[in-house]
Amino acid sequence: MAIPFKGTKEQEEQLKAVIAAHKGEKGATIPVLHEAQDIYGYLPIEVQKMIAEGLGVSLAEVYGIVTFYTQFSLNPKGEHPIGVCLGTACYVKGSGDILEKLKDILKIDVGECTDDGKFSLDATRCIGACGLAPVMTIGDDVHGRLTVDQVEGIVKQYS
Amino acid sequence: MSEKINMVNMKINGMEISVPENYTILEAARENGIDIPTLCYLKDVSKTGACRMCIVEIKGARALQASCVYPVSEGLEVLTNTKKVRDQRRVTLELLLSDHDRKCLSCPRNQKCELQALADDLGVENIPFEGEMNTYDIDEVSASIVRDNNKCVLCRRCVNMCKNVQTVSVIDTMERGFRTKVGSAFDMSLADTACVNCGQCIISCPTGALREKNNTKEVWNAIADDSKVVIVQTAPAVRAALGEEFGYPMGTAVTGKMAAALRRLGFDKVFDTDTGADLTIMEEANELVERIKNGGKLPMITSCSPGWVKFCEHNFPDFLDNLSSCKSPHEMFGAIIKSYYAEKHGIDPKSIFMVSVMPCVAKKFEAGRPEMECGGLRDVDAVISTRELADMIKEAGIMFSKLPDEEFDQPFERASGAGVIFGATGGVMEAALRTAADTLGGKSVEEIEYHGVRGVEGIKEATVNMGGMDVKVAVAHGLGNARKLLENIRDGKADYHFIEIMACPGGCVNGGGQPIVASKDKMDKDLRVERAKAIYSEDRASGIRKSHENPDMVTLYNEYLEKPGSHRAHELLHTTYTSRGLF
Repeated sequence: MAIPFKGTKEQEEQLKAVIAAHKGEKGATIPVLHEAQDIYGYLPIEVQKMIAEGLGVSLAEVYGIVTFYTQFSLNPKGEHPIGVCLGTACYVKGSGDILEKLKDILKIDVGECTDDGKFSLDATRCIGACGLAPVMTIGDDVHGRLTVDQVEGIVKQYS
Repeated sequence: MSEKINMVNMKINGMEISVPENYTILEAARENGIDIPTLCYLKDVSKTGACRMCIVEIKGARALQASCVYPVSEGLEVLTNTKKVRDQRRVTLELLLSDHDRKCLSCPRNQKCELQALADDLGVENIPFEGEMNTYDIDEVSASIVRDNNKCVLCRRCVNMCKNVQTVSVIDTMERGFRTKVGSAFDMSLADTACVNCGQCIISCPTGALREKNNTKEVWNAIADDSKVVIVQTAPAVRAALGEEFGYPMGTAVTGKMAAALRRLGFDKVFDTDTGADLTIMEEANELVERIKNGGKLPMITSCSPGWVKFCEHNFPDFLDNLSSCKSPHEMFGAIIKSYYAEKHGIDPKSIFMVSVMPCVAKKFEAGRPEMECGGLRDVDAVISTRELADMIKEAGIMFSKLPDEEFDQPFERASGAGVIFGATGGVMEAALRTAADTLGGKSVEEIEYHGVRGVEGIKEATVNMGGMDVKVAVAHGLGNARKLLENIRDGKADYHFIEIMACPGGCVNGGGQPIVASKDKMDKDLRVERAKAIYSEDRASGIRKSHENPDMVTLYNEYLEKPGSHRAHELLHTTYTSRGLF
């Protein structure tokens, strides 16, 4: 959790309204987490504590739910979110190696964000660009027919 | 009990039986002499059907069913011992064992482990599945509890205990699939959470994944150090359960043998925390009477249970002024040993190493609280649990059953029966009432057994007339019950003068530091009731049954403390609390 929490007063007000709207409902935690992630982009400890306190459930339970479902993220997206396609075509063309190379360069794991907040790394399903396999996306840019050697140079263009 | 429960007829392994309709197959089988293996099931705590160890064949059912959650019904036919059942149970167990740190020889639960016993019972000969294994760092930051997830079987008994029974809720299941683990939010150590150190998770755990922080090394070292005067005290509940570690039936008081064993371990003096309990009552009953007479904060709530105290600090900071300012008995006794006793016997208090044997692991944390000292000396230097004491006795080669019955050392050899019953839920209340009734009434009250506050009902209430005044009291044991009681007071639905709260269900007899009883045995008997019997019989056999009639108390106050609530008593015997927040 190297990235400092940068939540604003407005975001906190929004979250409080969401919690108030769901309070007392059975099974309120998951919908509140979804909306909280929409507000903040991810679910850091500060946000989970507000939810636990607001709904009267334990932080352990909230964290348990967040780590169970893959659509919840503990880490923010970077300024340049990187996605590596692990769909069948890309995978057989070696996108697994591309992903390893990225982990190595950025020193983060899948689902994490670099300390400077620049890059986050995700492994994605097929993005429909099989003709360009193996493919990675950085923000809205698509980089296709990649080789492991090219990866570092491409990432440098964004730093 | 008044509701009529219908019986149903069913067959288990061809045998016709009749059982109450609210039974599960597991209960029906057990009552009729058929043992079904279980792992995640824990009576009154955990009933999820998750581990699949208790599967049985049911006529007409599609697949094998978990008997711990399967209700009985009229005409049900069950087979618990077919080849299919046995083979499937064994494969499930082998899969569990394939991701288990199988270093049984050096595990604290060696030979007391339910997983090990299952492997033996189900005939596991080798573990055919080899593959990736999870490895986890051991969390040993807490002063009381060690968590080793390498030994965890994900049965969730600890989670259910912590969350549903105690409502402490600092552990839960995290992640999913192969990465699933039990832990605290954001991988925090238990020490950094609102864990109250009650240790109920430890005595719920079937394996060695949870254990107490072991302090026996410090004690052995102190005993070996000739420059130290090593003094030990034992809590009332220890004598009620220690025998179980040496084959005595549950509920056997082994007070005399315990004193003998402690002497043979090399302690210089062997004292009884019951004396500390008598002292607590002197101070606490006085505090209650003062609060009632002078319009102080009521209800007053007992402060002997360190698990409860920390629970209050995290969850009910608005009740901190209601907590009695009394330290717990062993802390009081430690403070007296290092002051009055040391002075009287010409011992340098700095050379005293005070050891408490407790049924409790929260006492380990309590002994480390910065407030628990006087004049720069810790009240208590080391706390070991009943289990750790048993380990020391075994390590020393002492044959427990062959020991003579010995007395505690003088001058504190005769505590009152009131001090003994501290070990069971309702006991502190009863002990305090025995003294407060005499104080408020101005005469010795004959009727001293307060049965309204005894027993294992979660919340007990009584009204006691003392000196013409109706005093309303309540007793709660188990923190879920404490939460309920306090919320009722907060909401204005109840009010009392005096409340006793103990963190552990049943009180100290079922403390987190007590001998671990296998889930199977918990199905057959209520250990809270059995162990309490040992305590109440010792009270009945006691010549002195009220704390203020203990001659040691009279001497102690005459020679040193002057009177309950005196300046010196406050310095040595009273404490303060801290609001800690939930996160």
